[in-house]
Amino acid sequence: MYAFDIERPTTVADAVEALKADEAQPLGGGQTLIPTLKARLAAPSKLVSLGNVKEMQGISIDGDTLRIGGATIHATVATEARSRYPGLARLASKIGDPAVRNRGTIGGSIANNDPAACYPAAALASGATIITNTRQVAADDFFLGMFETALDEGEIVTAVSFPIPEASNYQKFVQPASRFPLVGVFVAKFADGVRVAVTGASEGGVFRWTEAEQALSGTFAPDALDGLNVSEDGMINDLHGDGEYRAHLIKIMTGRAVKAAS
Amino acid sequence: MPKDTGIGASPLRREDVRFLKGAGEYTDDIKTYGETVAVFARSTVANGIIKSIDTSVAEGMPGVLAVFTGADFVEVGGNPAGWLINSRDGEPMKEPKRPVLAHGKVRHVGDAYAAVIAETDRQARDAAEAIEIDIEELPAIIDVKEALKGDNFVHDEIGTNQCFDWGWIEDNRAATDEAIKNAHHVTTLELVNNRLIPNAMEPRCSMASYKASGDEYVLHTTSQNPHLTRLLISAFVMGIPENKLTVIAPDVGGGFGSKIYHYGEEALVLAAAKRVGRPVKWTSDRTEAFLTDAHGRDHVTKIELATDAEGNFQAFRTETYANVGAYLSNFATATPTFLHGTLMAGNYTVPLVYVNVKAVFTNTAPVDAYRGAGRPEASYSLERVIDKCARELGMDPIALRRKNFIKPEQYPFASAAGLEYDSGNYDALMDKMEEVADVKGFAARRAQSEANGMLRGFGVNAYVEACGIAPSNLVGVLGSRVGLYDAATVRVNATGNLSVMVGAHSHGQGHETVFPQVVAEMLGIDAASIDIVHGDTSKIPFGMGTYGSRSLAVCGSAVVRATEKIINKAKKIAAHMLEAAEGDIELKDGQFSVAGTDKSVSFGEVALKAYIPHDFPLEDIEPGLEETAFYDPANFTFPSGAYCCEVEVDPDTGKVRVDRFAAVDDFGNVINPMVVTGQVHGGLGQGIGQALLEAARYNSDGQLESASYMDYAMPRADDLPFYTVDHSQGTPCTHNPLGVKGCGEAGAIGSPPTIVNAVIDALQSSGKNVTHIDMPLTPHRVWSAMKNA
Ligand SMILES: Cc1cc2nc3c(=O)[nH]c(=O)nc-3n(C[C@H](O)[C@H](O)[C@H](O)COP(=O)(O)OP(=O)(O)OC[C@H]3O[C@@H](n4cnc5c(N)ncnc54)[C@H](O)[C@@H]3O)c2cc1C
Repeated sequence: MYAFDIERPTTVADAVEALKADEAQPLGGGQTLIPTLKARLAAPSKLVSLGNVKEMQGISIDGDTLRIGGATIHATVATEARSRYPGLARLASKIGDPAVRNRGTIGGSIANNDPAACYPAAALASGATIITNTRQVAADDFFLGMFETALDEGEIVTAVSFPIPEASNYQKFVQPASRFPLVGVFVAKFADGVRVAVTGASEGGVFRWTEAEQALSGTFAPDALDGLNVSEDGMINDLHGDGEYRAHLIKIMTGRAVKAAS
Repeated sequence: MPKDTGIGASPLRREDVRFLKGAGEYTDDIKTYGETVAVFARSTVANGIIKSIDTSVAEGMPGVLAVFTGADFVEVGGNPAGWLINSRDGEPMKEPKRPVLAHGKVRHVGDAYAAVIAETDRQARDAAEAIEIDIEELPAIIDVKEALKGDNFVHDEIGTNQCFDWGWIEDNRAATDEAIKNAHHVTTLELVNNRLIPNAMEPRCSMASYKASGDEYVLHTTSQNPHLTRLLISAFVMGIPENKLTVIAPDVGGGFGSKIYHYGEEALVLAAAKRVGRPVKWTSDRTEAFLTDAHGRDHVTKIELATDAEGNFQAFRTETYANVGAYLSNFATATPTFLHGTLMAGNYTVPLVYVNVKAVFTNTAPVDAYRGAGRPEASYSLERVIDKCARELGMDPIALRRKNFIKPEQYPFASAAGLEYDSGNYDALMDKMEEVADVKGFAARRAQSEANGMLRGFGVNAYVEACGIAPSNLVGVLGSRVGLYDAATVRVNATGNLSVMVGAHSHGQGHETVFPQVVAEMLGIDAASIDIVHGDTSKIPFGMGTYGSRSLAVCGSAVVRATEKIINKAKKIAAHMLEAAEGDIELKDGQFSVAGTDKSVSFGEVALKAYIPHDFPLEDIEPGLEETAFYDPANFTFPSGAYCCEVEVDPDTGKVRVDRFAAVDDFGNVINPMVVTGQVHGGLGQGIGQALLEAARYNSDGQLESASYMDYAMPRADDLPFYTVDHSQGTPCTHNPLGVKGCGEAGAIGSPPTIVNAVIDALQSSGKNVTHIDMPLTPHRVWSAMKNA
């Protein structure tokens, strides 16, 4: 680790102000950032911890949407979202281990947009809105590629607002070492159609499998996927699986998610 | 009734109290006044010529006390190989120098070429980053077969990448070739025994201090064998006289072989402590552990099994390329040869065995003994080819093994691979395994799995290994440059409690609990009054440490011998106290009594007398009660076992789940069944890890792609089933006083082939003609094998 300063603001406004310093960076739960710092792969001058910002904490329901503060830890989502949005709660309950779930935040996960992160799949499949200190961005416009998002320098994810589907399920096929998803598929069924988002698989990061969405919007059953195939083009090839395998798993996991949700 | 004390009892492990409470004291926990920090600058390329190193900026940075490079160590010796192997043509192996710091060339990613000593860790790291090195990068030598072609050498001075080309038993070569040529049936299998990274929970750590007043050094270090480390440093590397160097291995958080060896970091901190005049500590971070701890396994093997029409084994022939990495680690040459080739007859009466091993240098981390060391490689090759043979012959895999087992009445049995097995009963182990694993119920369980859309497979394995390492006279003939005895001193204190100083080091094995059980049983006293002292060369006799499942069989035997001497001396004192003849004194339940009388003195009274000898006949009895024994075994010990497991394979994803696993082992006599069960559990975890999860993978540039837990998959609790462990079928070792064989490595030896055999069985049950998949059997590999079948 290189030396850095740390600030612990209590309001979004103060956090935004603190982030104006040169080389300043927000700190969520630190579950990604701290290991990066320990390996000396990043050298921020200042970390601005978001953990004490009250308005970024917790979960609230507004009609058919679930709003999760950007500094809310995975463990909170796993328990408090369970009755209203069980598919999302279950996803949160399977991220990492208890230590990770009690530190890591939804804002950190969404902002980081790791190509194998779980939350981006839920956000994209739910048609969520990412709320920042300056604007609201649809999930469809937010995730721009591996570790890339629509966030500007110094912009903070203050909340994520999820429309609650009629039925949903997340299937996570784990990479054996990291236990991040090798392929994760989130299926969400709404009155006006089905959305399917895939994480872990693509070099472009999280994406929607639109053919499956169309088929499943017609018939919400695993059989609806029968004729479909995912192309291996652009899929990740690594130690744990090649593109062909990942493409195959997307179909298998989508089928399982549909079965579990229906 | 199980006993609650002494031999055969299972008292809880006393050392666990401090470990579970976080009160253990590991090297990094020991803080010394004035301590400084060492950080290494390590190569990021696999192979390259060092053109220049500029340390001038680093030297001027805040807090920096000294900077070392390879040039500082050209005068000192290299870290040696402990075992000389001769090639088939009689030529001795190639032994290029392994320097403290790389000099002239860097040979693997992580090879240290400089070190900074500074006041703080951050200062040392900042300065290490400021060292400028100019490296002319060369193509990396990674693949063992490619390495033997061309003229790009890891060590230019030897003009080859082949360390040796070893044949065992060379005299059997022609006859084995002939038997295979003429056999009714030959089964051939090509396989890779995957490279593993030991991943001890505690990374390596070394701290040296130097006392100018006496020109003395103290080295605290993460070692499985402090005396061996001292010997290597003194006699080969640094030339520090042994009597001026104390090596202390305090609590050590796991070793699995990787902490047997002396590493350059130990030499560096010693040199640095003298130069800066203050204690110097280096603590490996996890990335350094991945890159520089000695790795394990890494064999590429072709094995053939010749049988007659009835399935009688006629010959095994193997050709193995063993990757030894960039430098020879201390036992790197013994592991693929005498710990591997000598076991290639397995549990079988096969008359002919021929093993060829080519050891190859590559631009990768050194490879050496890792839990099982050579024997897992042997068992895996044998038991995989036997399984394939059973399938080809249409025979039941258990029946084929039984048909070729050595029978109980054949002991002592001279194996075709050159060892003399002293005892065993492989059929009894297999009987017990079939019973405890409910093998009969498999068909019903398979039907149930299939109804759930899953494939179920059954896998079996029989192993025999050689441990209790090792008889010095035998290993000396075979090329070992060290003796492999062990030693113990039993000190009875005046107030009747005991300190037992042992050469074996306990870093998870439970010696602190088990050794006192032995002494307590022999003396008839409470084990709680006996403490084990280990790990400090200034306190313990010269023993060879812990590896090769040797602690109880070798060091425990030394404890027995020293305790026998104590008993003899104590009887002499008791006879004097009781005014009786020495020959009439009997020891029972801690009381010395005169046979046939009610006259007796307690063990405690004798101890006190030994140190307050007011009325001793000094010409007959020396004061004090302390004895030392060195024990050198007459032979290896030969634990054996029958293992089986059932797996479920998800045909859609290739994911393997181990549903059940039964391990029935013959460890001879068992001192503490609970500790033994724990050792088996740990070994099984590592073996299943090798079979399903773990792989050290270098890319063609020599970058270790699996250099963190993000990519190197360690087994977790939910990857493992609940085990059925049985050691009721022990046949005592015939040549050591406790009749014990050793249990530390068995699980890691016996489990990989069991798992792979079961997965192949599962796939075959679905009609897929998959005959082999290389470990680890990751979902991706299993799925690909099914798809391509
Ligand atoms: C062992 C382990 C296992 C894991 N397994 C999984 C898994 O299975 N699935 C999964 O999805 N994730 C997994 N994770 C990652 C985990 O979910 C992290 O919590 C998450 O990736 C980052 O969240 P954080 O709050 O810790 O962010 P931090 O590490 O603090 O920050 C990450 C990045 O986001 C920025 N940032 C943080 N908060 C905000 C914000 N509110 N607005 C804008 N930028 C912000 C930071 O500046 C930094 O660049 C795992 C992590 C570990 C250590």
